[in-house]
Amino acid sequence: MLSTYVPIVGLFALAAAFALFSVAVAPFVGPRRYNRAKLEAYECGIEPVDQPLHGGRFPVKYYLTAMLFIVFDIEIVFLYPWAVANDALGVFGLVEMVVFIGTVFLAYAYVWRRGGLEWD
Amino acid sequence: MTIEAPDLSLAALAPLLFVFGAACIGVLVEAFGPRDSRHPVQVAVALVGTLGGLVTTVLLAGTREVTAGGALAVDGAGLFLQATIAGLGALSLLLFAERNLDPARSAFVVSAAVPAGSVRDRELLTVQRVQTEVYPLATFAIGGMMLFVTANDLLVMFVALEVLSLPLYLISGLARRRRLLSQEAAVKYFLLGSFASAFFLYGVALVYGATGTVRLAGVREAVAGAEGGTLVVLGLALLVVGLLFKASVAPFHTWTPDVYQGAPTPVTAFMAACTKVAAFGAILRLLYVAFGTEEWTWRPLVYGVAIVSMVIGAVLGLTQTDLKRMLAYSSVAHAGFLLTGVLGLPATGDAAGSGLPAVMFYLLAYGLTTLGAFAVLTLVRSGEGEATHLSQWAGLAQRSPLTAAVMSLFLLALAGIPLTSGFTGKFAVFRAAIEDGAWPLALVALLASAVAAFFYLRVIVLMYFSEPAVDGPTVGVPGLPTTIVLAVTAAATLLLGIVPGAVLGLADRAAIFVG
Repeated sequence: MLSTYVPIVGLFALAAAFALFSVAVAPFVGPRRYNRAKLEAYECGIEPVDQPLHGGRFPVKYYLTAMLFIVFDIEIVFLYPWAVANDALGVFGLVEMVVFIGTVFLAYAYVWRRGGLEWD
Repeated sequence: MTIEAPDLSLAALAPLLFVFGAACIGVLVEAFGPRDSRHPVQVAVALVGTLGGLVTTVLLAGTREVTAGGALAVDGAGLFLQATIAGLGALSLLLFAERNLDPARSAFVVSAAVPAGSVRDRELLTVQRVQTEVYPLATFAIGGMMLFVTANDLLVMFVALEVLSLPLYLISGLARRRRLLSQEAAVKYFLLGSFASAFFLYGVALVYGATGTVRLAGVREAVAGAEGGTLVVLGLALLVVGLLFKASVAPFHTWTPDVYQGAPTPVTAFMAACTKVAAFGAILRLLYVAFGTEEWTWRPLVYGVAIVSMVIGAVLGLTQTDLKRMLAYSSVAHAGFLLTGVLGLPATGDAAGSGLPAVMFYLLAYGLTTLGAFAVLTLVRSGEGEATHLSQWAGLAQRSPLTAAVMSLFLLALAGIPLTSGFTGKFAVFRAAIEDGAWPLALVALLASAVAAFFYLRVIVLMYFSEPAVDGPTVGVPGLPTTIVLAVTAAATLLLGIVPGAVLGLADRAAIFVG
């Protein structure tokens, strides 16, 4: 039964080999062009926000935004496969999706009415 | 390609739909309802939902059906436990709704996001505005618990575990008084609860790895065919750890005293009554349905854990000076007594064993009694908060004979004195254990009951035979909700002790698992 896991071990080895190879080779073959953005913690995405005035804590608003993002992100995760398999799923799938999106919108209505979407 | 739509019996799902529907409406009321009328509307919605759930479970009595593509098993035991949870949940919601006892008219903090002790917090302390989000949250928790006891699939069981746990973590942190203690309780419960959930999920993964299915019936078949071996045993152990945590069975009980003490008392009552029923419902289904053929793997485990739980609950209960903590250790000890019942003869085919009905009856009796005991705790207050220290209860009988009498009834029932529901329940689970030859366990249980009786009786002695302190607590006059709760729980505690026949018979007939 364990033999079914052999491909996973293979994938693991492949992943490890690729990571080691990339890290080892990059310093020799990669171009080096320095600028300020390269010194940031992450050089993609939006610019990092400065520390809050009195140090230490980030406002809880970030947490709220992240949570909202996850809610809608997960919604999309379910919507894609449904959209692809819509013909096969038929009316039943449609009804289930409407119920699912309905509950997500319930949460959305709550967040909107309680001011969760306002930054200040 | 066509995909078969799973069979979905809306009738069998009606109790769950009622409760979850009410919770969703509660969220909408919170979003769109005008603030002034929110409280009565929320209470009404939550009560209609839970009582609707209760009524539909009663109407469904006798159903034996696996539905929702095999994810739910609506059977006698599931419906009995669902009805128990819905009923106890409705009573807890009534405790939530009490507005006469706290001078600020609610046991819940107005704005939980305001830091405890800040200027804004002190301003809000006396404001009579009332927190209404607790009602949809509690309703979601009740729905999760009702799903938990009918889950026929390890993944659905995990989802139900989360649905019942997340609102509980949140509402334990919403006490109006002693907010830091309450927030501490919430964080501890959340962290330890997440660990327990992770254990459970890892168990699901291992069992799936070993058997290739998450359906309880499928697991049973695979296990009976002796597949898996070590993986199954490991998975079973992890699943059981996750569930024993929720049932606050020692040695997984360490959160119980802190959370019971810190949470607002109505929430503590809710947790002590409903969560216990839900967790034991899931334990029974998991052990009897999925691992019924693996009996000799889990029996020694449950045997040992039951002893540890009874001894720890009874002995540490002795040392407590706070009533809420004392009742928490009592809850740990009772979890041990319940496990002795789990060891009773399991059902074979259509013949119900003695273990399942005994545990079901015990859960109902214990839930009602403990709910009543915590309801009495909300009455006795000193200054701004509840007086939960033992010394404050000295001579309470002179101040308020009725409160002392009702509390004595509940404590006697928790101790298992004859003519109370506690005796009937204990008798049933011990008999189930002895019939299965586990008499040493029953002996330990009897000794633990005797030890535990000491700390219950100590409170009664304190209330009746001590001089009241000069600046002792006052006994509040409860409003209608708490009065209803006290009347129902006290009457049930007496009736289930004097004439338990009807309910015992019902539990016997209902004790059927389909899978």
